[in-house]
Amino acid sequence: MSDRPSYIREFMRGVLRDNPIFCLILGLCPTLAVTTSLENGLGMGIAVIFVLTGSNLIISILRWQIPAIVRIPSFIVVIATFVTVVDMTMAAFLPPLHRALGIYIPLITVNCIVLGRAEAYASRNPPALSVVDGLGIGMGFTLALVLIGSIRELLGTGMISFMGSTLLQINIEPAMLMILPPGAFFIIGLLMGLSNLIRNRKGG
Amino acid sequence: MESLTAIVLSGIFINNFILVRFLGLCPFFGVSKETKSALGMSLAVIFVMVLSTVATWIVYTYVLTPLGITFLVTISFILIIATLVQFVEFVIRKYSPPLYRALGIYLPLITTNCAVLGSTLLNIKESYSFAQSIVFSTSSGIGFGMMLLIMSGIREKLELSDVPESMKGVPIAFIIAGILSIVFMKYFGRIAL
Repeated sequence: MSDRPSYIREFMRGVLRDNPIFCLILGLCPTLAVTTSLENGLGMGIAVIFVLTGSNLIISILRWQIPAIVRIPSFIVVIATFVTVVDMTMAAFLPPLHRALGIYIPLITVNCIVLGRAEAYASRNPPALSVVDGLGIGMGFTLALVLIGSIRELLGTGMISFMGSTLLQINIEPAMLMILPPGAFFIIGLLMGLSNLIRNRKGG
Repeated sequence: MESLTAIVLSGIFINNFILVRFLGLCPFFGVSKETKSALGMSLAVIFVMVLSTVATWIVYTYVLTPLGITFLVTISFILIIATLVQFVEFVIRKYSPPLYRALGIYLPLITTNCAVLGSTLLNIKESYSFAQSIVFSTSSGIGFGMMLLIMSGIREKLELSDVPESMKGVPIAFIIAGILSIVFMKYFGRIAL
C-alpha cells in the first residue's frame, strides 16, 4: 500500500476505467444541466472535486467511529457540510458562476458519485488513498463535463470562450438546439456509445 | 402571484423535471426498463415529494427563517428527507404490506433522488406559499412519473428492435430522451434560454 505507483494507479483508475459518467453512469443530473458551456462545466467539476475529496478525507478518518447502522445519514451530513462551504464560497467570490449553476450546487449533496465513493471506497480505505480516489474520480467527472460542455458550446454558438477570450472558433451556422436540453441528451448518448465502441474493440 | 393552474402546467409540461430541469435522471435511466417498476417508482416519488415539501416548508418558514440560519437549508432539507423516507418505509411496512412490496425497494433510492431535494429547494427559491408549494411538487411529481412511464413503454418496445451493439441500453435511451425533449419543447411553449 505504501509504494508510490499505487497512488498514481488509483488516480488514473478514477479518470479512465471508472470514469463516473461514461462507465459507471452516475451523477447524470448536473452533467446534463450545467454543460451548456466549457466554463460552467469546469466550475461544476471543480466544485465536485472539492466536495468529493473533502468528504472522502473526513469519512475515511471517521470510518471506525461511525456506527454501520447510521452510516448513510452520517455520510450525507458530512457531504452536505462541504456542499454548503462550496455554495457560500462561490456566492461570495464568483457570483456569475454561482448564478449560472444555481440550484445544481446544493444538489451536489445528492449526487450519487459523492455518496457512492463514500460508501464504496472512503469507508473502507485509509485517508491518503481516499483523497487520491476523490481527486481521481473528481478529475474524471470534470474532464467529462468539460468535454461535453465544449462540444455543446462549439456546436451551439460556433465558438468556445473561456474567461472572456475566444479559444476556438469555427465557421458554422450555430445550432441552438445543442445548448438547449435536447442537445445534452444527444451529445451524452453519442459519447457513451462511442466509449462503448472503443471498449468493445479493445476487449474483442 | 403565480396562479395554481400556471404552476400545474409548468410543473407537468413546460418545465418538466426530467426533460427541462434535468432532475431525477438516475432513476429515469435506471428504473425505466419495464413499466411495472416505473409505475412503482413514480408513485413512491410523488408520495415522498409531497410529504417532504410539507415538512421542509414548515421547517424553513417557522424554524430556519426566524432563527436566521437559512444557510443551513441544504443540510437540514436532506436530513428531513432522509428521515422522512425511513419513517415512511417503517409505516408502510407495518400497516400496508402489499404497498410495501410494491414500493419498498424504491424507497431507499429516493433519498438520493435529486428530484425530491430539487423540488423542495425550488419551492424556497421561488418563494411559493404553502398551497403553491404543494401544488408545485405534486405536479412536478406527476410530470416525472409521466416521463418515466412513457420512457419505459418505449424501452420495452426497443428490446425487439435492432440497435447497434455499442448503443444498446443507456446510450440509445439518451437519444430517445433527446427526441422526447424536442417534442415537449415544440408542443409546450417556447422555452426561453
